[in-house]
Amino acid sequence: MNVAELSTVVVWGATTAYALAFGAFAVDLARRAEVSTARRTDHETPRAEPARRALAGVPAGSVADPSGGASSTTRPVDDDGPRAVDDEAQPEALGTDEPAPEYRPGRALGIAMSVMTLGLLLEAVGIVLRGVAAHRVPWANMYEFTVVGTFVAVLTFRLLTLRRDVRFLGTLVLGLSVVALGLGLTAFYTPAGGVEPALQSYWLVIHVTIAVIASGMFTVGVSASALQLAKAAWENGSPLLAHRRFNVLGQLPSVRALEGLAFRINAVGFVLWTFTVMAGAVWAEHAWSRFWGWDPKEVWSFIVWVVYAAYLHARTTRGWSPKAIAWFSIAGFAVLIFNFTAVNLLMHGKHSYSGLDLGK
Amino acid sequence: MATTPVLPRLGVRGAARWVWRQLTSMRVALMLLMLLAVVAVPGSMLPQRPQNPAAVARYLNDNPGLGQWLDRFGFFDVYSSVWFSAVYLLLFTSLVGCILPRLLAHARAWRARPPRAPRRFDRFEVHDGLLTDAEPEAVLAAARDTLAAHHRFRVDVGDEPATARSPGARTVAAERGYLRETGNILFHLALLGLLIAVATGQLLHYRGQALVIQGHGFANTPAAYDTFEAGSAVDPTSLVPFTLRLDRFTARFDRSGQPRFFEAGVTLTEPGGAPQARTIRVNRPLDAGGAHVYLAGNGYAPQLTVRDASGTVAFSGAVPFLPQDSSYRSRGVVKVPDVSTGDQIGLVGYLLPTAVIQGDSAYSAFPQPGNPMLVLQVWHGELGLDSGIPQNVYQLDTARMTQATESDGSPATVVLALGDTVELPDGLGTLSFDALPRYVALDLRYDPALAWILGFAVTALVGLALSLFVPRRRVWLRVTSQDGRAAVTVAALARSEDVGLAGEVEAVLDAVKELGPWQVLDGPDRPASVRLSDAADATGGHA
Ligand code: HEM
Repeated sequence: MNVAELSTVVVWGATTAYALAFGAFAVDLARRAEVSTARRTDHETPRAEPARRALAGVPAGSVADPSGGASSTTRPVDDDGPRAVDDEAQPEALGTDEPAPEYRPGRALGIAMSVMTLGLLLEAVGIVLRGVAAHRVPWANMYEFTVVGTFVAVLTFRLLTLRRDVRFLGTLVLGLSVVALGLGLTAFYTPAGGVEPALQSYWLVIHVTIAVIASGMFTVGVSASALQLAKAAWENGSPLLAHRRFNVLGQLPSVRALEGLAFRINAVGFVLWTFTVMAGAVWAEHAWSRFWGWDPKEVWSFIVWVVYAAYLHARTTRGWSPKAIAWFSIAGFAVLIFNFTAVNLLMHGKHSYSGLDLGK
Repeated sequence: MATTPVLPRLGVRGAARWVWRQLTSMRVALMLLMLLAVVAVPGSMLPQRPQNPAAVARYLNDNPGLGQWLDRFGFFDVYSSVWFSAVYLLLFTSLVGCILPRLLAHARAWRARPPRAPRRFDRFEVHDGLLTDAEPEAVLAAARDTLAAHHRFRVDVGDEPATARSPGARTVAAERGYLRETGNILFHLALLGLLIAVATGQLLHYRGQALVIQGHGFANTPAAYDTFEAGSAVDPTSLVPFTLRLDRFTARFDRSGQPRFFEAGVTLTEPGGAPQARTIRVNRPLDAGGAHVYLAGNGYAPQLTVRDASGTVAFSGAVPFLPQDSSYRSRGVVKVPDVSTGDQIGLVGYLLPTAVIQGDSAYSAFPQPGNPMLVLQVWHGELGLDSGIPQNVYQLDTARMTQATESDGSPATVVLALGDTVELPDGLGTLSFDALPRYVALDLRYDPALAWILGFAVTALVGLALSLFVPRRRVWLRVTSQDGRAAVTVAALARSEDVGLAGEVEAVLDAVKELGPWQVLDGPDRPASVRLSDAADATGGHA
């Protein structure tokens, strides 16, 4: 077995570890659901929470409205500063609005975290070996981009867990990563090799590294947005989420807290994406003799940028519900994935470095 | 009789003001942003004229009805179309309308002092307090130092005179994070600058493409380029007249024939300067006369000599052949108009750099010239070069020519290796394959706005990061005396999600705790351990 093959085997190993961790996170979620269900029979149903708030003097509508909280009479910060109230002021408060939960992190969660960390180590080794085999930075085609992208997503998630308890995101982040890696290893796979002259540039390191990190960030951000929507729907008694297994949503942080989390991660992703596009333009000026030429990849990177810009604006404009804002985040991610898959595989452009040939 | 409702009359100015207010509202800006995303899509789905005119022509040919309509509405040049331009111009108008008032307000706020301490601190989600033996003045100094020196707050120390309802107090009001708004304004203005710089570049740029054969050169004048295109503000006679000669070209491929390295060695002579040896690579353009010269492509230009039936040299020169695939199987046309006797001659066919002949067919096994061979078919008659209509040098107009054939009627093919001389069929003369120089396709571009574009882009990025990551915070501290000791309360407020806000209060109180013995504060201002739901009640409750 040569180094390149070894790398692939190790990446398969990482994928397996992630799949196992995914399973363990799912078991943990199920346990949270049980706790929630038990509590629900003890206490008032968690869905009655808005009513409880309303009694305490908060208009029910403003509970979930991130801009609503700022409208207090003590509001001295400028009018356009919509979020004077900050429920993340105390990181430990991210847990839940509910009285202390009876759920305690159990064995499954411990297993999930350690197997995931093992997977991260394996994936790191796989990436390094790939670089050694190809004699260059190992992120020059779609397969490599997928491997490094999932690595960044899982690493971002792992680092977040050090600062605050966001382990409930595990199922989503790892689920997405396993699917992406599975696709990468089977559909996008290309053998390790050198790259053509257009790619022989330190911009390969700068532009693509930041693109990978931004994509990883957006993946974690969209996971938080999806959970936010699910939790809000569950609180409103959506019949789709009526099954008791969805009571786990009651264990998650509040809708507002999830929305804030998604925002902070997406904001970092957006700055990195801005850099990706700018670095791409600088590179294009060197490699293709123009900094911008409306090549399909450029068009869609631009659209990704515009959609996330709209997301940030929607968030600072009063009158947008957290739900609408979350849909912006999901739309941005959908366009990001389209840009990475359909644009690389189906459209003809200068940016055809996927290493695959689907009739281009 | 029913009266028709009468709308209040706005008048022209009123209407204009209304339109302007709408346009500069955040809601419309957001709609325009989403619209911009949508109108950008068709340009990636349909072929675009500036990038690929041939594909547009093909599309129009295949879809005559629909294609014509799409063309009428600019769908084949989306990014210069009226509707795409309208969306981004409206967006930028909206941006200017949004940002100018903010710029003025921010300029005023730039020297503003932090707002006075609010009366009640317990309304704030983040607040805390303690009792200390330290002197009030020492407490104030410690708070000021902590906030101003380490956390870069703008700090005011003030007095609250005693009133009937409350005893006097000393206060600290602090604010930080003005850079957040600065960054935001910077970002938006930089986007505007970027747009203007790109548009200016469009007016002042020029670009040309030239194919240069080894040993040959060209001068930087519009006539020397195969294609030349310039912005409307460019005077074509103003180009810096440098000259460039291709001395050598180095190409390396890996074993499977994938390109790995291309380098053109050139001699550059700038006006008034001595000739200098330079190199051009992919990703590493050459700077010449303020322009960039890029290595855009390369190929082979076989050096050929044709003697006509009388033995006179009718043609001698290098003819560029265009690579058709990654093995550099290249197609070319040789036109020989200047024969001294008989018909004009046209040769069409392929160059195979590393030819492998198998029976009737031949292919190239590798892009390097391992076994170069020409495989050509021969035509004679009238080339039609005198008709005055410009001809494509890579196409043979065979309307008035006949193809030389074998005795069985099949087209005659001449095959010759490097160094060979062969007889042309039908007694047309001879053809020699003398040498195989390479050529490069150079792309030259001049855009004086590049530095500006980069500058605005970097400014936008910096502004964006500031506006998203600089926390804007206010911290207030109040010292009152309580049984001979100093009661210190602190509250903090942030403008958006701010994980670090509680840390500011903690830092201030920690500094106070250093001053001497202290104990937790009891009383009306004593903060309960703040829980999320309580906090929401406290600020959202309009108490
Ligand atoms: C304005 C110009 C550019 C933009 C907007 C742009 C955008 C992007 C984006 C969004 C990605 C992330 C992965 C994906 O979606 O495929 C990417 C990856 C990549 N870019 Fe660019 N890029 C630009 C210019 C360039 C240039 C000039 C080169 C090289 C000559 C280049 C080479 C690559 C490579 C090799 C990858 C990773 C492989 C892949 O994902 O297929 N890019 N680019």
